Amino acid sequence: MLSFIVRRLLQSLPIILAVAALIFVMFSVIPGTFASSMSDDGRSVLDAEVMARMNKEFGLDDPVYVRFGKYVAQLATFDLGTSFRTRQPVAHVIADRLWPTAQLAFASMLFAILIGVPLGFIAALRPGSWIDTISMVGAVSGLSLPKFWLGLLLMYLFALMLGWLPSFGYGGGDLRYLILPSVALGVAPLALLARTTRAAVLDIMNADFVRTARSKGMSESKVVRWHLTRNALVIILTTIGLQFGTVIGQAVVIEKLFSWPGLGSLLVDSVTLRDIPVVQGSILVIVLLFLLINMLVDVLCAIIDPRIKYT
Amino acid sequence: MKFRANLVIGGVLFAGVIIAGIFAPWLAHTDPVMDANLMYAEEAPGSEFWFGTDAQGRDIYSRVLYGARISLTVGIISQLINTVIGVCLGLSAGYWGGWWDDFVNGLTNMMLAIPSLIFALAIMVILNPGLTSLLIALGLTNWSFTCRLARASALSLKSQGYVQAAKVLGYGDIRIMLTQLLPNMLGPIIVIGTLGMGGAVLAEAALSFLGLGIRPPYPSWGSMLSDARDQITTAPWISIFPGLAIFVTVLGLNLLGDGLRDILDPQARTRRA
Repeated sequence: MLSFIVRRLLQSLPIILAVAALIFVMFSVIPGTFASSMSDDGRSVLDAEVMARMNKEFGLDDPVYVRFGKYVAQLATFDLGTSFRTRQPVAHVIADRLWPTAQLAFASMLFAILIGVPLGFIAALRPGSWIDTISMVGAVSGLSLPKFWLGLLLMYLFALMLGWLPSFGYGGGDLRYLILPSVALGVAPLALLARTTRAAVLDIMNADFVRTARSKGMSESKVVRWHLTRNALVIILTTIGLQFGTVIGQAVVIEKLFSWPGLGSLLVDSVTLRDIPVVQGSILVIVLLFLLINMLVDVLCAIIDPRIKYT
Repeated sequence: MKFRANLVIGGVLFAGVIIAGIFAPWLAHTDPVMDANLMYAEEAPGSEFWFGTDAQGRDIYSRVLYGARISLTVGIISQLINTVIGVCLGLSAGYWGGWWDDFVNGLTNMMLAIPSLIFALAIMVILNPGLTSLLIALGLTNWSFTCRLARASALSLKSQGYVQAAKVLGYGDIRIMLTQLLPNMLGPIIVIGTLGMGGAVLAEAALSFLGLGIRPPYPSWGSMLSDARDQITTAPWISIFPGLAIFVTVLGLNLLGDGLRDILDPQARTRRA
Protein backbone atom coordinates (compact mmCIF):
# COMPACT_ATOMS: atom_id res chain seq x y z
CA MET A 1 0.00 0.00 0.00
CA LEU A 2 2.80 2.40 0.90
CA SER A 3 4.51 1.85 -2.44
CA PHE A 4 1.14 2.50 -4.15
CA ILE A 5 0.85 5.85 -2.34
CA VAL A 6 4.45 6.77 -3.14
CA ARG A 7 3.92 5.84 -6.79
CA ARG A 8 0.74 7.96 -6.98
CA LEU A 9 2.63 10.87 -5.38
CA LEU A 10 5.42 10.52 -7.92
CA GLN A 11 2.85 10.39 -10.74
CA SER A 12 1.43 13.71 -9.52
CA LEU A 13 4.84 15.39 -9.44
CA PRO A 14 5.18 16.02 -13.22
CA ILE A 15 1.63 17.45 -13.27
CA ILE A 16 2.44 19.81 -10.39
CA LEU A 17 5.65 20.91 -12.12
CA ALA A 18 3.84 21.39 -15.43
CA VAL A 19 1.11 23.47 -13.76
CA ALA A 20 3.75 25.54 -11.94
CA ALA A 21 5.58 26.11 -15.24
CA LEU A 22 2.35 27.02 -17.03
CA ILE A 23 1.37 29.51 -14.32
CA PHE A 24 4.87 31.00 -14.36
CA VAL A 25 4.88 31.37 -18.13
CA MET A 26 1.38 32.83 -18.19
CA PHE A 27 2.22 35.60 -15.76
CA SER A 28 5.89 36.19 -16.49
CA VAL A 29 6.57 35.97 -20.18
CA ILE A 30 3.61 38.05 -21.31
CA PRO A 31 5.05 41.57 -21.51
CA GLY A 32 3.84 44.29 -19.22
CA THR A 33 1.86 42.14 -16.84
CA PHE A 34 4.28 42.14 -13.93
CA ALA A 35 5.65 45.59 -14.56
CA SER A 36 2.28 47.30 -14.72
CA SER A 37 0.56 45.25 -12.07
CA MET A 38 1.36 47.65 -9.25
CA SER A 39 -0.26 50.68 -10.87
CA ASP A 40 -3.58 51.84 -9.44
CA ASP A 41 -5.72 50.29 -12.15
CA GLY A 42 -3.31 47.43 -12.62
CA ARG A 43 -2.84 48.15 -16.29
CA SER A 44 -1.38 51.60 -16.95
CA VAL A 45 2.38 52.09 -17.28
CA LEU A 46 4.28 53.25 -14.20
CA ASP A 47 7.08 55.78 -13.99
CA ALA A 48 10.24 54.14 -15.39
CA GLU A 49 12.28 54.76 -12.24
CA VAL A 50 9.62 53.30 -9.95
CA MET A 51 9.23 50.32 -12.24
CA ALA A 52 12.99 49.68 -12.30
CA ARG A 53 13.13 49.85 -8.48
CA MET A 54 10.20 47.46 -8.15
CA ASN A 55 11.60 45.07 -10.71
CA LYS A 56 14.84 44.95 -8.72
CA GLU A 57 12.99 44.53 -5.41
CA PHE A 58 10.99 41.55 -6.69
CA GLY A 59 13.89 40.14 -8.75
CA LEU A 60 12.02 40.74 -11.99
CA ASP A 61 15.05 42.20 -13.81
CA ASP A 62 16.64 38.74 -14.08
CA PRO A 63 16.31 36.74 -17.32
CA VAL A 64 13.20 34.54 -17.52
CA TYR A 65 15.09 31.24 -17.14
CA VAL A 66 16.84 32.52 -13.99
CA ARG A 67 13.51 33.63 -12.56
CA PHE A 68 11.99 30.25 -13.37
CA GLY A 69 14.89 28.48 -11.66
CA LYS A 70 14.42 30.66 -8.56
CA TYR A 71 10.67 30.08 -8.69
CA VAL A 72 11.05 26.29 -8.76
CA ALA A 73 13.69 26.42 -5.99
CA GLN A 74 11.32 28.54 -3.89
CA LEU A 75 8.46 26.13 -4.53
CA ALA A 76 10.63 23.22 -3.39
CA THR A 77 10.88 24.93 0.01
CA PHE A 78 7.12 25.79 0.01
CA ASP A 79 7.99 29.45 -0.50
CA LEU A 80 5.32 30.95 -2.77
CA GLY A 81 6.87 34.42 -2.88
CA THR A 82 5.75 37.74 -1.43
CA SER A 83 2.46 39.51 -2.02
CA PHE A 84 2.84 42.64 -4.18
CA ARG A 85 0.14 44.39 -2.19
CA THR A 86 0.55 43.41 1.44
CA ARG A 87 4.28 42.46 1.31
CA GLN A 88 3.38 39.34 3.35
CA PRO A 89 4.60 35.87 2.42
CA VAL A 90 2.03 34.36 0.04
CA ALA A 91 2.19 31.01 1.87
CA HIS A 92 1.00 32.74 5.09
CA VAL A 93 -1.78 34.61 3.28
CA ILE A 94 -2.98 31.36 1.72
CA ALA A 95 -2.63 29.35 4.95
CA ASP A 96 -5.04 31.78 6.67
CA ARG A 97 -7.63 31.13 3.96
CA LEU A 98 -7.31 27.36 3.69
CA TRP A 99 -9.45 26.37 6.67
CA PRO A 100 -12.57 28.36 5.64
CA THR A 101 -12.34 26.89 2.12
CA ALA A 102 -11.87 23.39 3.51
CA GLN A 103 -14.90 23.89 5.79
CA LEU A 104 -17.02 25.07 2.87
CA ALA A 105 -15.88 22.28 0.53
CA PHE A 106 -16.43 19.54 3.14
CA ALA A 107 -19.82 20.90 4.21
CA SER A 108 -21.09 21.18 0.63
CA MET A 109 -19.82 17.71 -0.26
CA LEU A 110 -21.34 16.27 2.92
CA PHE A 111 -24.67 17.81 1.92
CA ALA A 112 -24.28 16.41 -1.61
CA ILE A 113 -23.30 12.91 -0.44
CA LEU A 114 -25.95 12.59 2.28
CA ILE A 115 -28.77 13.44 -0.12
CA GLY A 116 -27.41 12.57 -3.58
CA VAL A 117 -26.21 9.00 -2.96
CA PRO A 118 -29.38 7.69 -1.21
CA LEU A 119 -31.51 9.46 -3.82
CA GLY A 120 -29.59 7.77 -6.64
CA PHE A 121 -29.93 4.39 -4.92
CA ILE A 122 -33.68 4.77 -4.40
CA ALA A 123 -34.15 5.93 -8.01
CA ALA A 124 -32.17 2.95 -9.35
CA LEU A 125 -34.01 0.41 -7.18
CA ARG A 126 -37.35 1.69 -8.51
CA PRO A 127 -36.59 2.56 -12.16
CA GLY A 128 -39.44 4.28 -13.93
CA SER A 129 -41.27 5.08 -10.69
CA TRP A 130 -42.40 8.59 -9.77
CA ILE A 131 -39.49 8.93 -7.33
CA ASP A 132 -37.03 8.01 -10.10
CA THR A 133 -38.58 10.54 -12.49
CA ILE A 134 -38.73 13.34 -9.91
CA SER A 135 -35.19 12.77 -8.65
CA MET A 136 -33.72 12.66 -12.16
CA VAL A 137 -35.64 15.78 -13.27
CA GLY A 138 -34.37 17.42 -10.06
CA ALA A 139 -30.84 16.24 -10.85
CA VAL A 140 -30.75 17.69 -14.36
CA SER A 141 -32.25 20.93 -13.01
CA GLY A 142 -29.65 21.03 -10.21
CA LEU A 143 -26.87 20.70 -12.77
CA SER A 144 -28.31 23.60 -14.76
CA LEU A 145 -28.68 26.05 -11.86
CA PRO A 146 -26.15 28.88 -11.71
CA LYS A 147 -24.69 28.53 -8.19
CA PHE A 148 -24.45 32.23 -7.50
CA TRP A 149 -28.08 32.74 -8.49
CA LEU A 150 -29.19 29.92 -6.23
CA GLY A 151 -27.04 31.45 -3.47
CA LEU A 152 -28.67 34.83 -4.03
CA LEU A 153 -32.17 33.30 -3.86
CA LEU A 154 -31.31 31.30 -0.72
CA MET A 155 -29.91 34.45 0.85
CA TYR A 156 -33.08 36.36 0.00
CA LEU A 157 -35.43 33.66 1.27
CA PHE A 158 -33.73 32.28 4.38
CA ALA A 159 -31.73 35.28 5.55
CA LEU A 160 -33.55 38.41 4.44
CA MET A 161 -37.19 37.29 4.33
CA LEU A 162 -37.44 34.59 6.99
CA GLY A 163 -34.44 35.69 9.05
CA TRP A 164 -33.58 32.09 9.94
CA LEU A 165 -29.93 32.21 8.92
CA PRO A 166 -27.20 34.86 8.61
CA SER A 167 -27.00 36.29 5.09
CA PHE A 168 -23.22 36.46 4.63
CA GLY A 169 -19.86 36.46 6.39
CA TYR A 170 -17.86 33.89 8.34
CA GLY A 171 -19.21 34.64 11.81
CA GLY A 172 -15.95 33.62 13.48
CA GLY A 173 -16.56 29.97 12.61
CA ASP A 174 -20.25 29.87 13.70
CA LEU A 175 -21.64 26.90 11.77
CA ARG A 176 -24.92 28.68 10.97
CA TYR A 177 -22.95 30.89 8.56
CA LEU A 178 -21.84 27.77 6.71
CA ILE A 179 -25.32 26.50 5.81
CA LEU A 180 -26.39 28.76 2.93
CA PRO A 181 -23.05 28.80 1.04
CA SER A 182 -22.71 25.02 1.46
CA VAL A 183 -26.18 24.34 0.08
CA ALA A 184 -25.61 26.72 -2.87
CA LEU A 185 -22.29 25.05 -3.64
CA GLY A 186 -23.49 21.52 -2.94
CA VAL A 187 -26.53 21.36 -5.21
CA ALA A 188 -24.58 20.62 -8.43
CA PRO A 189 -22.45 17.79 -6.91
CA LEU A 190 -25.64 16.46 -5.29
CA ALA A 191 -27.31 16.29 -8.69
CA LEU A 192 -24.30 14.66 -10.32
CA LEU A 193 -23.91 12.15 -7.48
CA ALA A 194 -27.58 11.20 -7.70
CA ARG A 195 -27.24 10.57 -11.45
CA THR A 196 -23.92 8.73 -11.13
CA THR A 197 -25.18 6.53 -8.30
CA ARG A 198 -28.34 5.68 -10.22
CA ALA A 199 -26.38 4.82 -13.37
CA ALA A 200 -23.81 2.76 -11.42
CA VAL A 201 -26.44 0.79 -9.49
CA LEU A 202 -28.51 0.16 -12.65
CA ASP A 203 -25.37 -1.12 -14.37
CA ILE A 204 -24.49 -3.46 -11.51
CA MET A 205 -28.08 -4.72 -11.16
CA ASN A 206 -27.72 -6.30 -14.60
CA ALA A 207 -24.39 -7.94 -13.76
CA ASP A 208 -24.13 -11.74 -13.68
CA PHE A 209 -23.06 -11.93 -10.04
CA VAL A 210 -26.21 -10.06 -8.93
CA ARG A 211 -28.40 -12.38 -10.98
CA THR A 212 -26.59 -15.36 -9.49
CA ALA A 213 -27.04 -14.02 -5.95
CA ARG A 214 -30.77 -13.57 -6.53
CA SER A 215 -31.17 -16.98 -8.13
CA LYS A 216 -29.50 -18.54 -5.09
CA GLY A 217 -32.31 -17.04 -3.02
CA MET A 218 -30.36 -14.24 -1.37
CA SER A 219 -32.68 -11.65 0.15
CA GLU A 220 -33.01 -8.31 -1.66
CA SER A 221 -31.59 -6.38 1.29
CA LYS A 222 -28.47 -8.58 1.27
CA VAL A 223 -28.10 -8.18 -2.52
CA VAL A 224 -28.24 -4.42 -2.09
CA ARG A 225 -25.89 -4.38 0.91
CA TRP A 226 -23.28 -6.90 -0.23
CA HIS A 227 -23.28 -6.64 -3.98
CA LEU A 228 -24.81 -3.38 -5.18
CA THR A 229 -23.42 -1.01 -2.53
CA ARG A 230 -19.87 -2.31 -2.48
CA ASN A 231 -19.56 -2.40 -6.24
CA ALA A 232 -21.19 0.98 -6.78
CA LEU A 233 -19.01 2.53 -4.09
CA VAL A 234 -15.89 2.68 -6.29
CA ILE A 235 -17.69 4.71 -8.96
CA ILE A 236 -19.38 6.89 -6.33
CA LEU A 237 -16.08 7.54 -4.54
CA THR A 238 -14.33 8.45 -7.79
CA THR A 239 -17.12 10.91 -8.57
CA ILE A 240 -16.86 12.36 -5.05
CA GLY A 241 -13.13 12.88 -5.55
CA LEU A 242 -13.60 14.64 -8.89
CA GLN A 243 -16.43 16.73 -7.48
CA PHE A 244 -14.30 17.81 -4.52
CA GLY A 245 -11.89 19.40 -6.96
CA THR A 246 -14.73 21.01 -8.90
CA VAL A 247 -16.25 22.35 -5.68
CA ILE A 248 -12.96 23.97 -4.67
CA GLY A 249 -12.76 25.54 -8.12
CA GLN A 250 -16.39 26.69 -8.09
CA ALA A 251 -16.10 28.04 -4.54
CA VAL A 252 -14.65 31.28 -5.93
CA VAL A 253 -18.09 32.56 -6.89
CA ILE A 254 -19.89 31.39 -3.75
CA GLU A 255 -17.16 32.71 -1.43
CA LYS A 256 -17.35 36.08 -3.15
CA LEU A 257 -21.17 36.16 -2.94
CA PHE A 258 -21.28 35.23 0.74
CA SER A 259 -18.12 37.21 1.69
CA TRP A 260 -16.61 33.92 2.87
CA PRO A 261 -12.92 34.49 3.70
CA GLY A 262 -11.58 31.46 1.80
CA LEU A 263 -9.07 30.74 -0.92
CA GLY A 264 -11.57 31.52 -3.68
CA SER A 265 -12.37 35.03 -2.49
CA LEU A 266 -8.63 35.61 -1.96
CA LEU A 267 -8.05 34.58 -5.58
CA VAL A 268 -10.78 36.86 -6.92
CA ASP A 269 -9.58 39.80 -4.81
CA SER A 270 -6.00 39.20 -5.95
CA VAL A 271 -7.13 39.03 -9.56
CA THR A 272 -8.95 42.35 -9.16
CA LEU A 273 -5.90 43.92 -7.46
CA ARG A 274 -3.55 42.14 -9.88
CA ASP A 275 -1.50 40.73 -7.02
CA ILE A 276 0.20 38.18 -9.29
CA PRO A 277 2.21 36.19 -6.70
CA VAL A 278 -0.98 35.55 -4.69
CA VAL A 279 -2.86 34.56 -7.85
CA GLN A 280 -0.07 32.14 -8.82
CA GLY A 281 0.16 30.70 -5.31
CA SER A 282 -3.62 30.30 -4.93
CA ILE A 283 -3.96 28.47 -8.25
CA LEU A 284 -1.08 26.18 -7.39
CA VAL A 285 -2.54 25.34 -3.97
CA ILE A 286 -5.98 24.66 -5.51
CA VAL A 287 -4.36 22.26 -8.02
CA LEU A 288 -2.40 20.58 -5.21
CA LEU A 289 -5.60 20.11 -3.19
CA PHE A 290 -7.34 18.66 -6.25
CA LEU A 291 -4.52 16.16 -6.89
CA LEU A 292 -4.26 15.24 -3.21
CA ILE A 293 -7.98 14.55 -2.88
CA ASN A 294 -7.98 12.41 -6.02
CA MET A 295 -4.99 10.49 -4.73
CA LEU A 296 -6.80 9.82 -1.45
CA VAL A 297 -9.82 8.62 -3.41
CA ASP A 298 -7.62 6.25 -5.44
CA VAL A 299 -6.22 4.80 -2.22
CA LEU A 300 -9.72 4.43 -0.74
CA CYS A 301 -10.95 2.72 -3.92
CA ALA A 302 -8.02 0.29 -3.75
CA ILE A 303 -8.91 -0.52 -0.14
CA ILE A 304 -12.62 -1.02 -0.88
CA ASP A 305 -12.24 -3.00 -4.10
CA PRO A 306 -9.66 -5.80 -3.90
CA ARG A 307 -9.77 -6.12 -7.71
CA ILE A 308 -7.88 -2.80 -7.92
CA LYS A 309 -4.21 -3.73 -7.78
CA TYR A 310 -1.65 -1.56 -6.02
CA THR A 311 0.24 -0.98 -9.24
CA MET B 1 -38.81 6.61 -33.76
CA LYS B 2 -39.19 6.62 -29.98
CA PHE B 3 -40.37 9.90 -28.45
CA ARG B 4 -37.56 11.36 -26.38
CA ALA B 5 -38.86 13.94 -23.93
CA ASN B 6 -35.41 15.26 -23.00
CA LEU B 7 -34.49 15.86 -26.65
CA VAL B 8 -37.78 17.60 -27.45
CA ILE B 9 -37.94 19.74 -24.29
CA GLY B 10 -34.25 20.59 -24.52
CA GLY B 11 -34.54 21.43 -28.21
CA VAL B 12 -37.59 23.65 -27.63
CA LEU B 13 -35.94 25.52 -24.74
CA PHE B 14 -32.69 26.06 -26.63
CA ALA B 15 -34.51 27.06 -29.82
CA GLY B 16 -36.51 29.56 -27.75
CA VAL B 17 -33.32 31.15 -26.43
CA ILE B 18 -31.82 31.29 -29.94
CA ILE B 19 -34.97 32.94 -31.30
CA ALA B 20 -34.96 35.43 -28.38
CA GLY B 21 -31.33 36.29 -29.12
CA ILE B 22 -31.72 36.63 -32.89
CA PHE B 23 -34.92 38.64 -32.76
CA ALA B 24 -34.00 40.70 -29.69
CA PRO B 25 -34.05 44.05 -31.58
CA TRP B 26 -37.67 43.36 -32.66
CA LEU B 27 -38.88 41.70 -29.47
CA ALA B 28 -37.31 44.15 -27.02
CA HIS B 29 -39.36 47.11 -25.82
CA THR B 30 -36.42 49.49 -25.27
CA ASP B 31 -32.71 49.84 -25.95
CA PRO B 32 -31.00 47.65 -23.31
CA VAL B 33 -28.15 50.11 -22.64
CA MET B 34 -29.26 53.60 -23.59
CA ASP B 35 -32.86 53.67 -22.34
CA ALA B 36 -32.15 54.27 -18.66
CA ASN B 37 -34.68 56.44 -16.85
CA LEU B 38 -34.40 56.95 -13.10
CA MET B 39 -38.08 57.94 -13.04
CA TYR B 40 -38.87 54.27 -13.61
CA ALA B 41 -36.17 52.81 -11.33
CA GLU B 42 -37.02 49.51 -9.62
CA GLU B 43 -40.52 49.25 -11.10
CA ALA B 44 -42.12 45.87 -10.30
CA PRO B 45 -43.12 43.56 -13.18
CA GLY B 46 -46.37 44.66 -14.81
CA SER B 47 -48.07 45.36 -18.11
CA GLU B 48 -45.65 48.15 -19.05
CA PHE B 49 -42.43 46.48 -17.91
CA TRP B 50 -43.01 42.73 -18.14
CA PHE B 51 -39.96 41.78 -16.03
CA GLY B 52 -39.79 45.10 -14.13
CA THR B 53 -36.94 47.63 -14.25
CA ASP B 54 -33.52 47.80 -12.63
CA ALA B 55 -31.94 50.48 -10.40
CA GLN B 56 -31.24 52.66 -13.45
CA GLY B 57 -34.79 52.30 -14.74
CA ARG B 58 -33.82 50.01 -17.63
CA ASP B 59 -36.34 47.43 -18.87
CA ILE B 60 -35.17 44.03 -17.60
CA TYR B 61 -37.16 42.13 -20.26
CA SER B 62 -35.25 43.92 -23.04
CA ARG B 63 -31.92 43.39 -21.27
CA VAL B 64 -32.63 39.68 -20.75
CA LEU B 65 -33.40 39.32 -24.47
CA TYR B 66 -30.17 41.03 -25.49
CA GLY B 67 -28.29 39.05 -22.83
CA ALA B 68 -29.17 35.90 -24.78
CA ARG B 69 -26.98 37.16 -27.62
CA ILE B 70 -23.91 37.38 -25.38
CA SER B 71 -24.51 34.06 -23.65
CA LEU B 72 -25.14 32.21 -26.91
CA THR B 73 -22.15 33.83 -28.63
CA VAL B 74 -19.84 32.86 -25.75
CA GLY B 75 -21.39 29.41 -25.33
CA ILE B 76 -21.29 28.46 -29.01
CA ILE B 77 -17.97 30.02 -30.09
CA SER B 78 -15.95 29.05 -27.00
CA GLN B 79 -17.23 25.49 -27.21
CA LEU B 80 -16.38 25.38 -30.91
CA ILE B 81 -12.82 26.47 -30.07
CA ASN B 82 -12.64 23.79 -27.35
CA THR B 83 -13.98 21.14 -29.72
CA VAL B 84 -11.53 22.03 -32.50
CA ILE B 85 -8.56 22.00 -30.08
CA GLY B 86 -9.70 18.79 -28.40
CA VAL B 87 -10.40 16.95 -31.65
CA CYS B 88 -7.15 18.07 -33.35
CA LEU B 89 -5.01 17.07 -30.37
CA GLY B 90 -6.88 13.88 -29.46
CA LEU B 91 -7.31 12.60 -32.99
CA SER B 92 -3.68 13.17 -33.95
CA ALA B 93 -2.39 11.76 -30.65
CA GLY B 94 -4.48 8.60 -30.98
CA TYR B 95 -3.60 8.10 -34.64
CA TRP B 96 0.10 8.93 -34.57
CA GLY B 97 0.94 7.71 -31.06
CA GLY B 98 4.59 7.89 -29.94
CA TRP B 99 6.07 11.01 -28.37
CA TRP B 100 3.20 13.18 -29.65
CA ASP B 101 0.69 10.96 -27.85
CA ASP B 102 2.76 11.16 -24.64
CA PHE B 103 2.95 14.95 -24.95
CA VAL B 104 -0.80 15.36 -25.56
CA ASN B 105 -1.55 12.97 -22.69
CA GLY B 106 0.63 15.00 -20.34
CA LEU B 107 -1.00 18.24 -21.50
CA THR B 108 -4.48 16.77 -20.99
CA ASN B 109 -3.61 15.51 -17.49
CA MET B 110 -2.31 18.96 -16.61
CA MET B 111 -5.47 20.65 -17.91
CA LEU B 112 -7.68 18.21 -16.01
CA ALA B 113 -5.87 19.11 -12.78
CA ILE B 114 -6.71 22.81 -13.10
CA PRO B 115 -10.38 23.61 -12.43
CA SER B 116 -11.58 25.26 -15.65
CA LEU B 117 -13.14 28.29 -13.93
CA ILE B 118 -9.87 28.95 -12.08
CA PHE B 119 -7.89 28.67 -15.30
CA ALA B 120 -10.30 30.97 -17.12
CA LEU B 121 -9.97 33.42 -14.22
CA ALA B 122 -6.18 33.33 -14.58
CA ILE B 123 -6.41 34.02 -18.32
CA MET B 124 -8.76 36.93 -17.64
CA VAL B 125 -6.05 38.46 -15.41
CA ILE B 126 -3.79 38.72 -18.43
CA LEU B 127 -6.42 39.84 -20.92
CA ASN B 128 -8.65 42.86 -20.60
CA PRO B 129 -12.24 42.01 -19.63
CA GLY B 130 -14.53 41.80 -22.66
CA LEU B 131 -16.18 39.46 -25.12
CA THR B 132 -13.03 38.48 -27.06
CA SER B 133 -11.10 37.77 -23.85
CA LEU B 134 -13.98 35.64 -22.58
CA LEU B 135 -14.04 33.65 -25.81
CA ILE B 136 -10.29 33.03 -25.54
CA ALA B 137 -10.40 32.22 -21.81
CA LEU B 138 -13.32 29.80 -22.06
CA GLY B 139 -12.18 28.42 -25.41
CA LEU B 140 -8.81 27.34 -24.03
CA THR B 141 -9.90 25.78 -20.78
CA ASN B 142 -12.37 23.03 -21.49
CA TRP B 143 -11.00 20.88 -24.31
CA SER B 144 -9.51 18.05 -22.26
CA PHE B 145 -12.62 15.82 -22.18
CA THR B 146 -13.09 16.17 -25.96
CA CYS B 147 -9.39 15.41 -26.42
CA ARG B 148 -9.61 12.26 -24.27
CA LEU B 149 -12.67 11.10 -26.18
CA ALA B 150 -11.17 11.78 -29.62
CA ARG B 151 -7.93 10.03 -28.64
CA ALA B 152 -9.75 6.94 -27.35
CA SER B 153 -11.91 6.80 -30.50
CA ALA B 154 -8.89 7.22 -32.79
CA LEU B 155 -7.04 4.44 -30.93
CA SER B 156 -9.89 1.99 -31.45
CA LEU B 157 -10.76 3.08 -35.00
CA LYS B 158 -7.28 3.17 -36.52
CA SER B 159 -7.04 -0.63 -36.67
CA GLN B 160 -10.36 -0.96 -38.49
CA GLY B 161 -10.36 -2.48 -41.98
CA TYR B 162 -11.56 0.64 -43.77
CA VAL B 163 -8.71 2.70 -42.29
CA GLN B 164 -6.20 0.08 -43.40
CA ALA B 165 -7.83 0.09 -46.84
CA ALA B 166 -7.49 3.87 -47.05
CA LYS B 167 -3.79 3.51 -46.21
CA VAL B 168 -3.34 0.94 -48.95
CA LEU B 169 -5.07 3.30 -51.38
CA GLY B 170 -2.37 5.85 -50.59
CA TYR B 171 -4.38 8.30 -48.48
CA GLY B 172 -2.23 10.67 -46.42
CA ASP B 173 -2.47 10.75 -42.61
CA ILE B 174 -4.43 14.01 -42.48
CA ARG B 175 -6.88 12.77 -45.11
CA ILE B 176 -7.41 9.51 -43.23
CA MET B 177 -8.01 11.38 -39.99
CA LEU B 178 -10.48 13.80 -41.55
CA THR B 179 -12.37 11.46 -43.87
CA GLN B 180 -12.18 8.07 -42.14
CA LEU B 181 -11.77 8.64 -38.40
CA LEU B 182 -13.50 11.96 -37.69
CA PRO B 183 -16.93 11.08 -39.18
CA ASN B 184 -16.99 7.91 -37.07
CA MET B 185 -16.42 9.69 -33.77
CA LEU B 186 -18.65 12.67 -34.44
CA GLY B 187 -21.64 11.47 -32.39
CA PRO B 188 -20.05 11.48 -28.91
CA ILE B 189 -18.16 14.68 -29.78
CA ILE B 190 -21.42 16.47 -30.62
CA VAL B 191 -22.86 15.28 -27.28
CA ILE B 192 -19.85 16.54 -25.30
CA GLY B 193 -19.94 19.79 -27.26
CA THR B 194 -23.63 20.38 -26.45
CA LEU B 195 -23.11 19.66 -22.76
CA GLY B 196 -19.95 21.80 -22.77
CA MET B 197 -21.92 24.71 -24.22
CA GLY B 198 -24.09 24.74 -21.10
CA GLY B 199 -20.93 24.77 -18.98
CA ALA B 200 -19.57 27.70 -21.02
CA VAL B 201 -22.81 29.67 -20.52
CA LEU B 202 -22.53 29.08 -16.75
CA ALA B 203 -18.82 29.99 -16.73
CA GLU B 204 -19.45 33.21 -18.68
CA ALA B 205 -22.17 34.18 -16.23
CA ALA B 206 -19.89 33.38 -13.27
CA LEU B 207 -16.98 35.42 -14.66
CA SER B 208 -19.27 38.35 -15.51
CA PHE B 209 -20.81 38.06 -12.03
CA LEU B 210 -17.30 38.44 -10.57
CA GLY B 211 -16.74 41.51 -12.74
CA LEU B 212 -14.18 39.75 -14.95
CA GLY B 213 -16.33 39.04 -17.98
CA ILE B 214 -18.68 41.33 -19.83
CA ARG B 215 -18.59 44.74 -18.18
CA PRO B 216 -21.71 46.84 -17.44
CA PRO B 217 -23.68 48.47 -18.99
CA TYR B 218 -23.75 45.67 -21.60
CA PRO B 219 -26.50 43.25 -20.70
CA SER B 220 -24.79 39.98 -19.84
CA TRP B 221 -26.96 37.83 -17.56
CA GLY B 222 -24.05 37.37 -15.13
CA SER B 223 -23.26 41.08 -14.85
CA MET B 224 -27.00 41.83 -14.49
CA LEU B 225 -27.06 39.48 -11.49
CA SER B 226 -23.95 41.12 -10.10
CA ASP B 227 -25.66 44.53 -10.33
CA ALA B 228 -28.83 43.11 -8.78
CA ARG B 229 -27.18 41.97 -5.54
CA ASP B 230 -27.62 45.33 -3.83
CA GLN B 231 -31.33 45.49 -4.72
CA ILE B 232 -32.19 41.97 -3.59
CA THR B 233 -34.31 43.24 -0.68
CA THR B 234 -36.07 46.10 -2.47
CA ALA B 235 -36.40 44.69 -5.99
CA PRO B 236 -35.85 40.90 -6.09
CA TRP B 237 -37.19 40.63 -9.67
CA ILE B 238 -33.92 42.21 -10.91
CA SER B 239 -32.18 39.01 -9.76
CA ILE B 240 -34.90 36.53 -10.68
CA PHE B 241 -35.23 37.00 -14.44
CA PRO B 242 -31.55 36.98 -15.57
CA GLY B 243 -30.96 33.92 -13.35
CA LEU B 244 -34.01 32.21 -14.77
CA ALA B 245 -32.72 32.93 -18.29
CA ILE B 246 -29.37 31.26 -17.49
CA PHE B 247 -31.17 28.31 -15.90
CA VAL B 248 -33.50 27.79 -18.89
CA THR B 249 -30.63 28.02 -21.40
CA VAL B 250 -28.38 25.58 -19.54
CA LEU B 251 -31.29 23.23 -18.80
CA GLY B 252 -32.17 23.23 -22.50
CA LEU B 253 -28.58 22.42 -23.47
CA ASN B 254 -28.24 19.70 -20.82
CA LEU B 255 -31.50 18.03 -21.87
CA LEU B 256 -30.53 18.34 -25.52
CA GLY B 257 -27.12 16.80 -24.78
CA ASP B 258 -28.74 13.93 -22.88
CA GLY B 259 -31.23 13.34 -25.69
CA LEU B 260 -28.52 13.39 -28.34
CA ARG B 261 -26.46 10.95 -26.27
CA ASP B 262 -29.40 8.55 -26.15
CA ILE B 263 -29.57 8.64 -29.95
CA LEU B 264 -25.92 8.95 -30.98
CA ASP B 265 -24.32 6.86 -28.23
CA PRO B 266 -26.99 4.35 -27.11
CA GLN B 267 -24.50 2.30 -25.06
CA ALA B 268 -23.94 5.31 -22.83
CA ARG B 269 -27.59 5.39 -21.86
CA THR B 270 -27.28 2.93 -19.02
CA ARG B 271 -23.95 4.22 -17.80
CA ARG B 272 -25.15 7.82 -18.06
CA ALA B 273 -24.01 10.19 -15.31
